[in-house]
Amino acid sequence: MSVNVNERSGLADRRPAGDDGGHLLEVRDLFVEFRTRDGVAKVINGVSYHLDAGETLAVLGESGSGKSVTAQAIMGILDMPPAVIPSGQILYRGTDLLKLPEEERRKVRGKQISMIFQDALSALNPVFPVGWQIGEMLRLREGLSRAQAKRRAIELMELVKIPAARQRIGDYPHQFSGGMRQRVMIAMSLALDPAVLIADEPTTALDVTVQAQIMDLLGELRRDLNMAMILITHDLGVVADVADRIAVMYAGRIVEHADVHSLYEAPAHPYTKGLLESIPRLDLKGQRLTTIKGLPPNLMRIPSGCPFHLRCPYARQECVDVVPAVRSLGGDRTSACHFAQEVIDGRL
Amino acid sequence: MFRYIVRRLLQMVLAFFGTTLIVYALMFAGQGDPIQALAGERPVSAAQRAYLTEKFHLDQTGIGGFFYRYFDYVGNLLRGDLGDSLTGRKIGDMLAQAWPVTVKLAIIGLLVAILVGVTAGVIAGLRRGGIFDNATLALTLLVLGIPTIVLAPLAQYFLGVKLPLFPPTAGAEPSIYALLLPGIVLGSLSLATALRLTRTSVAENLRSDYVRTAKAKGMSVRRIVSVHVLRNSLIPVITFLGVELGNLMSGAIITEGVFNIPGVGFNLFRGIRTEDGPLVVGLVSVLVVVYLVSNLVVDVLYAVLDPRIRYE
Ligand SMILES: Nc1ncnc2c1ncn2[C@@H]1O[C@H](COP(=O)(O)OP(=O)(O)O)[C@@H](O)[C@H]1O
Ligand code: SF4
Ligand SMILES: [Mg+2]
Repeated sequence: MSVNVNERSGLADRRPAGDDGGHLLEVRDLFVEFRTRDGVAKVINGVSYHLDAGETLAVLGESGSGKSVTAQAIMGILDMPPAVIPSGQILYRGTDLLKLPEEERRKVRGKQISMIFQDALSALNPVFPVGWQIGEMLRLREGLSRAQAKRRAIELMELVKIPAARQRIGDYPHQFSGGMRQRVMIAMSLALDPAVLIADEPTTALDVTVQAQIMDLLGELRRDLNMAMILITHDLGVVADVADRIAVMYAGRIVEHADVHSLYEAPAHPYTKGLLESIPRLDLKGQRLTTIKGLPPNLMRIPSGCPFHLRCPYARQECVDVVPAVRSLGGDRTSACHFAQEVIDGRL
Repeated sequence: MFRYIVRRLLQMVLAFFGTTLIVYALMFAGQGDPIQALAGERPVSAAQRAYLTEKFHLDQTGIGGFFYRYFDYVGNLLRGDLGDSLTGRKIGDMLAQAWPVTVKLAIIGLLVAILVGVTAGVIAGLRRGGIFDNATLALTLLVLGIPTIVLAPLAQYFLGVKLPLFPPTAGAEPSIYALLLPGIVLGSLSLATALRLTRTSVAENLRSDYVRTAKAKGMSVRRIVSVHVLRNSLIPVITFLGVELGNLMSGAIITEGVFNIPGVGFNLFRGIRTEDGPLVVGLVSVLVVVYLVSNLVVDVLYAVLDPRIRYE
C-alpha cells in the first residue's frame, strides 16, 4: 500500500514508520554507476540501510566510499547522466521514490527529506541574501507572501541560534563565519519541517570548536523537532554521542552495520576495526596511531572477492576468490566479512 | 565604495593627461615645422603661418614650448573648446554631429550582441555538447577569425548590393534602418565573444554546489536556471558588455569608413588620412574620456552585481 507523500508532514501525522509497518526510509540493494568517457565506475554496489522516525543513523567511511552518492540518490539530485541507477529501491513511507515521476519526487525534497552539505559557502548561492534563500522555499513551496516568508526566515534563523537574526537576514553568505553559514544551511533545511534530515559531513569544513557546536545544535534540533537524521561522516570520533546506529561503507558497500555500542565494543569487520584503531584515544596517549594502509580501490576496477582484501591484515585465499555475503550477526547487526564472527570474538 | 570612486576619478585624470599628452606629442612633436605638420601636405600662406604661430604660441621653442602649447590646448579642452579643424570647422560642432550617430551604431551593435549572443550562449550552455552548442561554436570561431576590414565589405556587398536587404551605405544623417547592417557587423565580434562567455559561464554555474542545493530545496529546473544560474552566469557577461560598449563607441573606425557613416570613427579616419592634427587630437581626447568613464561604470556595476566584490 502506498501513501500520499505530498501531505503536510506535521508532527501529528508523523507515524513511526510507513503504513505497511516498514521503515520510514529504506534503501534496498541500491546500485549506482557513473558512465563516463573513461569507463564505468561502479560507485554503489548493493547498498541497503534503513532509518526509523526520530533516530540517527551514522554513515561512515573513507572519502570516495559512496556516502554522498547514496544520499544524493535518496534526494534524487544526482546528475543523470553521468549517473545511472541500474537497480534498487528507495522506499519512503513505503513508496519507492525511484518510481515517482520527477514532479512528485520534487515535492518530497525539502518537505519530507532535506539535506545539508559539507561546504556551506559553496552550497549557498553567493548573490542572494541568506533570508531570501531561506524564504525562497517558503514562497515557492508553501505559497507564503514575501513578508510572511521573511518573518518565518527570521524565526528559523533564531531557531538555529544565529545572533541578531533580524538584522542579518539581508546579509550575503560570504558575510557569515563558517559556523554561522552552516547554521543558515540548517535553517534552510528545516524550513518545510521535514521528517528526515540528511547531513553530509556538516562539520568537515569547520574548526574543531565550531564542529562541536554544530553537532550539538543538530542533536538538539533532531530531538526537539522529532526528525530522523542520516549523519554522513568520515570521522568515527563525532558519531559516538549523536548516532543510534552506524553503517560502515567501503567501495560502495555497507561492510558493517551495528548499533553504536556494539560497534565500539567489538567491531565485526576488519575495516571497522582499522577505523577504530585510527581514532586518537585519551587512554592510549603517546602510543602511535595505526592507520589502515593502502588506498581505497579504483571503482572502475574493483578487486575480485572481498573488495577490502588488498588492505586487510587477515585476508586469505578465500577472500581473493569469493565475495563475502552480508551475514547477520543477530538483531540488526551485519558484517560483510567471511570471518565476521572471528573478528568480533577477537580471534583474528 | 565612495572612496574607491574618488580614487578612480583621480586616476582617470592622470590617465587623461597621459594619453592626451602622448597623442599630442605624436601629432605635433618631432616635426621640423609644426605648422607644416599641422597643415599636412597643403601649402601654407604667410598670413596663415602668422595666425597659427600666434594661436599656438609657436614662437616658444624647445621642450618648454611644447609643454606650454600642450597645457594651453588642455586648458581650452577643459573649458569645452576643442579648437578648430584644419578644414576650418569647429571640432566641437563636428563632434556634436558625429557623436549621436556613433552612439546609435554602438547601441545597435550591443543590442545585437545581447539579444543574439547572450540568448544563444544560454541555450548552448544548457545543452552543452549538443548540436546547437557545436554549431554556434563553429560559427563564433568563424566570426572571430574574420577581421572587420574583411567582414564589413563582404556584408556590404552581399547584403547591401547583391541581395539588397539593407542600404549599402548610410550617408549623412542616417536612419536607424540604414545603421542596422553596419551595427550587426560592428556587433558581430562582441556577439561571438558574449556567446562564448555566456555559454561557459552557464555551463560552469550549472555544475556548482549551489545548484545542487537548489535542487535539494525542491526548486524546479526552470526556476533553478532562470533565477539561480542566470543571475550568477550573467555577472561576467554584463561586465564584458559594459567594457564592450566603450570599445564599440571608439572602435567603429573601419565600419563607419566602409559604410560611409558620418560618426566619430569616420571623422577620425578622415582626420588621420588628411593629417588634420587638431581634429585627431580632439577626437582621441574625447574617446579617451568615454573609454575611461565606461570602464569606471563597469567596475561599479560589477560591485553592484556581485555582493562579494567590495572596493576599498
Ligand atoms: N559526477 C561524478 N562522475 C564520476 N564519478 C563520480 C561523480 N560523483 C561521484 N563520483 C565517484 O563516486 C565515488 C563516491 O563518491 P562520494 O559518494 O562522493 O564519496 P564519499 O563517500 O566521500 O561521499 C567516488 O569515487 C567519486 O569519484
Ligand atoms: S573477507 Fe577477508 S579480506 Fe575481506 S574483510 Fe574479511 S578477512 Fe578481510
Ligand atoms: Mg562525500
